[in-house]
Amino acid sequence: MIWLVYLLIGIGMVFQALGSIALHRFPDVYTRLHGATKCTTFGSIFIYIGIMAYSAMLVLQGQINQVSLLAHTLIVMALVLITNSTGAHAISRAAYRSGIKPGLAVVDELRVAK
Amino acid sequence: MGEEMAAVAIAFVFSLFFYLLLTAGTGSILLWSKAELVVAVLFSAVVAVVAGKIYKGLGIRPSAKLLNPLRWLLLLIYAIGPLFFQMAKANLEVAYRVITGNIKPGIVKISPGLKTGLARTVLANSITLTPGTLTIDVDRKGNFYVHWIYVRDKKPKPGEICGSFAKWARLIGG
Repeated sequence: MIWLVYLLIGIGMVFQALGSIALHRFPDVYTRLHGATKCTTFGSIFIYIGIMAYSAMLVLQGQINQVSLLAHTLIVMALVLITNSTGAHAISRAAYRSGIKPGLAVVDELRVAK
Repeated sequence: MGEEMAAVAIAFVFSLFFYLLLTAGTGSILLWSKAELVVAVLFSAVVAVVAGKIYKGLGIRPSAKLLNPLRWLLLLIYAIGPLFFQMAKANLEVAYRVITGNIKPGIVKISPGLKTGLARTVLANSITLTPGTLTIDVDRKGNFYVHWIYVRDKKPKPGEICGSFAKWARLIGG
């Protein structure tokens, strides 16, 4: 059972690492945000699921008060899902408005619209 | 006045809900102790009044639809089912592009035709979390400007970017 927890947290860490590599490899702020939001959100979700599995394991072993750990992690997961994408949206919009053009872009409809 | 009161009420319900969720298991009245319940109501009231002032200052009108538990249930089903599956796909795609460096970025426009702020929010956040797409801006007519990491079509239809998400967004927030 504990191996499942290790596995989930391990998968989470791999995605987090991919997110940081994306920051390094992609050319501009918009493409980097792809790595910084998707990979870290997904990586965090796996880590949270790992934590929830761990607390569920403790609850099944009789430590009933560990239910609170489970509930807290669930709330954090929901909030991360909402705030992470909202944050990415805010950053990209601010970047566009302050005049940073997407590098290598093949099409830019937002410039046409403005 | 009615709208302001609704905004305060929504903020109150949400902060009360989260406080009670965070303190579940502390006592014997259902799941909470007496002190926690009193503090929960007090703090939620303070938060609600402050949030109401901020909403008023920024001109935000939260929708009373947020209080409908059926919408939350739908959101939950949506998040666990189609959204999670698409997120898994998105991550494998971004992972592939990170490793190979094979990108062709661009900003495209889609018009899913959503009316309410809640539906637009749900769709914009879903687009950001799914395959290679990132919502940059939404204009007043409801056009979404989406940064696409690999542009396959310069004038895409909404379905190419967000699949069935527009339908779900309409269901949850419409």
